[in-house]
Amino acid sequence: MNDALGSVQSALILGGGSDIALATARAMVARRCRTVILAGRDPESLSGAAKELTKAGASTVERVAFDALDHASHPEFVRTTFDRDRDIDLVLVAFGVLGEQAAAEADGAEAVRVLDSNFVGAVSVLVPIVAAMKRQGHGTIVVLSSVAGERARKSNFVYGASKAGLDAYCQGLGDSLVGTGVRLMIVRPGFVHSKMTDGMDAAPLATDPEHVAETILAGLGRGSEIVWAPGPLRFVMSALRHVPRVVFRRLPL
Amino acid sequence: MSPEVASAPAPGDETLLFGWGGTAPTRARLATPLTNSDAHDLLSSAPARGVVARGLGRAYGDAAQNAGGLVLDATALSGIIDADLERGVVTARGGTSLDELMRWLIPRGWFLVTPGTRYVTVGGAIASDIHGKGHHVDGTFGNKVQSFRLLTGAGEVRNVQRDTEPDLFWATTGGMGLTGIILDATFELIPTETRFIRVDEERCANLDAMFAAMESSDASYRYSVAWIDCGARGRHLGRGVLGRGNHAFLDEIPAAKRARAHTFGPRQIAIAPPLMPSGLINPWTVKAFNEIWYRKTRVTHRDTIQDIGLFFHPLDLVDEWNRIYGRRGFVQYQFVVPFGAENTVRQIIETLSNESLPSFLAVLKRFGPENPGMLSFPMPGWTLAVDIPVSNTTLARTLDRFDEMVLNVGGRVYLAKDARTRPENLERMYPRLPEWRAVRDAVDPDHVVNSDLARRLGL
Repeated sequence: MNDALGSVQSALILGGGSDIALATARAMVARRCRTVILAGRDPESLSGAAKELTKAGASTVERVAFDALDHASHPEFVRTTFDRDRDIDLVLVAFGVLGEQAAAEADGAEAVRVLDSNFVGAVSVLVPIVAAMKRQGHGTIVVLSSVAGERARKSNFVYGASKAGLDAYCQGLGDSLVGTGVRLMIVRPGFVHSKMTDGMDAAPLATDPEHVAETILAGLGRGSEIVWAPGPLRFVMSALRHVPRVVFRRLPL
Repeated sequence: MSPEVASAPAPGDETLLFGWGGTAPTRARLATPLTNSDAHDLLSSAPARGVVARGLGRAYGDAAQNAGGLVLDATALSGIIDADLERGVVTARGGTSLDELMRWLIPRGWFLVTPGTRYVTVGGAIASDIHGKGHHVDGTFGNKVQSFRLLTGAGEVRNVQRDTEPDLFWATTGGMGLTGIILDATFELIPTETRFIRVDEERCANLDAMFAAMESSDASYRYSVAWIDCGARGRHLGRGVLGRGNHAFLDEIPAAKRARAHTFGPRQIAIAPPLMPSGLINPWTVKAFNEIWYRKTRVTHRDTIQDIGLFFHPLDLVDEWNRIYGRRGFVQYQFVVPFGAENTVRQIIETLSNESLPSFLAVLKRFGPENPGMLSFPMPGWTLAVDIPVSNTTLARTLDRFDEMVLNVGGRVYLAKDARTRPENLERMYPRLPEWRAVRDAVDPDHVVNSDLARRLGL
């Protein structure tokens, strides 16, 4: 169950191999979380993460196969994951691909792959998750969006569009869940030093997965609906949103 | 339809439920049985996630919630069934509120064990084995109960007598409603000559003075409780106002009040509006409130005649007062530590003060002997209850640290208030938990009766 201060006792992590996901799982285990279900394309590759969480104090760590691109498999995946003699207090939607902007501009299939994973895949799995959590009568869904979805930039608008779609979907979904006992929190990180961004130049206000994890936990404790990581990005993006197009497209972003 | 024809009870609506603290809401089907047989029918048709009874929703945490399952609103199962006003014994249905009981009993010269609000039901009072300002003399509500009828998860109605079935009796008393639904109970009353309390109040300049005052003279009062200013520091740490009293005899009250010495008709003077902003209760507002509250009492104040309602239930004057904490709600942290562990109380107050955790309702009480309730909270020692708004990001860690401090001296937290302790702590706090589980499993092997609290703490 969720407790009064936003701590959870069990969590399903979609995209269990991501650095932010693992940092968040670690932080949750340090609080109350005793059951973690790591879901990823290749469950074998999650064994290191599973060991680490067990060592940190989790009593049950499961690894299950989940493919964001295989949309048809999602209802069955959710059914088998939820239909056990246990509650899932929190679902973290942390999967996603950054994609290659240049390749996506040249090759429609690459652009579709990014959208299919980050947006369509997320929506496809969220629908049965929401239904399962409503039956359970409680639960928290945390979705990793991105500042890239806040205002599309010419340097990564395919990724940005996928996150913008996801973000918009989750805003509406979150509002529709009021009164159901299920709540949804959107996380909008900026540049995060991780496997995903390895080798890229860090943007201003860059942060790390541990900080994003702390921001997520603090947001859960406060009952937030949207959190930014780091926090000041909210004000930066609110200003950027109003920069005229002719200026914005010339910014080195 | 003729009343003899049994009809199926209304199945109830899906509703979002939360405790008095307003935290961790969950959704369940809320059905209102009108008769005991309705309750039985609803229980037999309980969904896989089970059923729990709910009274007036005054448990602060998640005790009367059952996510995805069924919750029985017991408040329609109310009313006094039988009363022996010679011996002072009454039988009332489980959903009867203490408010209703007092309005009927006080004019007839009887009173009962009451917590800080009249808006709790008899069933809730037994399930939480509630205590009040009189614990050092009268014990808990459960101490006054002779018997009750319990609808168990297996669908049986058990007539549980304290003397002949002590195991089920003391597993249910304090059992957080998890042994079944209390249909009615027979309990002893406290005689009173008037509706007034003769009150002595004194300011205590610090915690040591407070402990000393309570230790030396609690015995001459039936009721005793201290309000503590948790913001005071240094040599003022733990300063507060000690309020104690006894039932006033007729010849002790002013002549003008004698004619209406038994009239008991408390009213509410205000209602807190909905949609209050979170953050209204903050370190600054609380500090200002505490300063005024401390100063408003004269250094000592003897023999004031106070109405029972004002003395026991000042917060009941404001309906829905929990709303002042806003959307995020608040937690009440109530712990007890044995005598000798006064230092733990001091350290906790010190931490609250140092971390500027705003608490304008901090209450210290000296408990009397414990009863055989397997999960009953009170034990001989000091209990402190503090209300803290959910806003501070370090609150979770701070309260975890408090749990450790309390556990280290053999204390515990109160399940009726709890909304956040670790399940791992439970057996250390309540060493008779295995014994309780055995009794519960015997009456409800399939755990048909279940609650969010039970799930969260693995009861």
